[in-house]
Amino acid sequence: MLQAHDLACWRGERLVFAGLGFTLAPGAALQLLGPNGAGKSSLLRVLAGLLPPFDGSVTWDGEDTRIEPAAHARRTRYLGHQDALKPALTARENLTFQARLAGGDVDAALAAMDLTPLAELPARLLSAGQKRRLALARLALAPAPPWLLDEPTLGLDVASVARFGAMLAAHRAQGGAVLAATHLPLPLPDAGELRLEPAP
Amino acid sequence: MTAWLAVLGRELRLALRHPADALAAVLFFLLVAALFPFGVGPAPETLARLAPGALIASALLAALLPLDRLWGAEADDGSLDLLLLSGLHPALLALAKACGHWLTTGLPLLLATPIAAAMLNLPTEAWGTAMIALGLGSALLSLLGTAGAALTLGARRGGVLLPLLVLPLAIPAVIFGAAAIEAAAGIVNPRPMLLLQGALLALALPLAPLAAGAALRGE
Repeated sequence: MLQAHDLACWRGERLVFAGLGFTLAPGAALQLLGPNGAGKSSLLRVLAGLLPPFDGSVTWDGEDTRIEPAAHARRTRYLGHQDALKPALTARENLTFQARLAGGDVDAALAAMDLTPLAELPARLLSAGQKRRLALARLALAPAPPWLLDEPTLGLDVASVARFGAMLAAHRAQGGAVLAATHLPLPLPDAGELRLEPAP
Repeated sequence: MTAWLAVLGRELRLALRHPADALAAVLFFLLVAALFPFGVGPAPETLARLAPGALIASALLAALLPLDRLWGAEADDGSLDLLLLSGLHPALLALAKACGHWLTTGLPLLLATPIAAAMLNLPTEAWGTAMIALGLGSALLSLLGTAGAALTLGARRGGVLLPLLVLPLAIPAVIFGAAAIEAAAGIVNPRPMLLLQGALLALALPLAPLAAGAALRGE
């Protein structure tokens, strides 16, 4: 169970958010809403451990995640707004690298986002939506309790959003939690809302 | 260990997909080495006197070429986040990148050493020592450069800052490397100089990745 206690974040000279606390229970989903610059991406980076919080703490089952950052990194899946794909590697090689880091079945993950026909294509030849699908396929590799997603459906077509919805449902049915920053409606039934307002 | 090998394997695979990068460093090395005969004049004795220093300086300059994209390319496409969240300690991640840099840049330079040595009229009996000295020197530069590239990541004009940061630290490698080659050319035992170079490498092997890891985590 991921918990945020009284989180605050500074970027440059600006307080992005402060006093933020919430709980992400197993099977739960939270949509992170708010205008541009409200700190949605910063919050996700703080929760993933990529950015130290200015104040407050993030705990997993009561233990501060900054005590053992490697263990926290292994149990979390973070999807940034960039796809983190190497253009020179094929779709399969990009996924295989992630599978060697965290385990998982590459073929099943490719099939989950309907990428099997594109598996041997270099990532630089994929369209923006196909790259996003490949980045999402990474989530299907190995189960990890919390998913932290930054605008996961940006550039996806309707069929892919539906496939992603099935992935999210399966993940939540297994007790996984989802926190997704978004401006688009997500296929997350009965998801809670976390609204960030830009600090004055 | 699997994760470490996965990162190193990806480095090598990416280098094989873009062989032009390694080739560019090798050609740069040979061209810089070829400039000395033009500047100094064709007198064989003068050239042979200059060869040790010229050889090691041009190799280190060539090895610097791909360093500014070492972390920059990863940061630009978001892969750096993925690597930092791989569960691998940032210092081990930096060590994998440094090994990858040496295998894809230092090793090709090593193989090109005899050509550069011939152009600089280095006595053939010193070629073996030259390759060892260059191997140790370029490995040291790979380690220092990985740390320097991590520190300058995100800095404006990081590509200019990086050599300014790394080259002064590489001065000992130039001194001992050139001294070793000179000793071998003068039929003196180059072993003490090579051992000193090895000691520098042994010092940098744990320290540089730790510095790089700390820089990456603080980024």
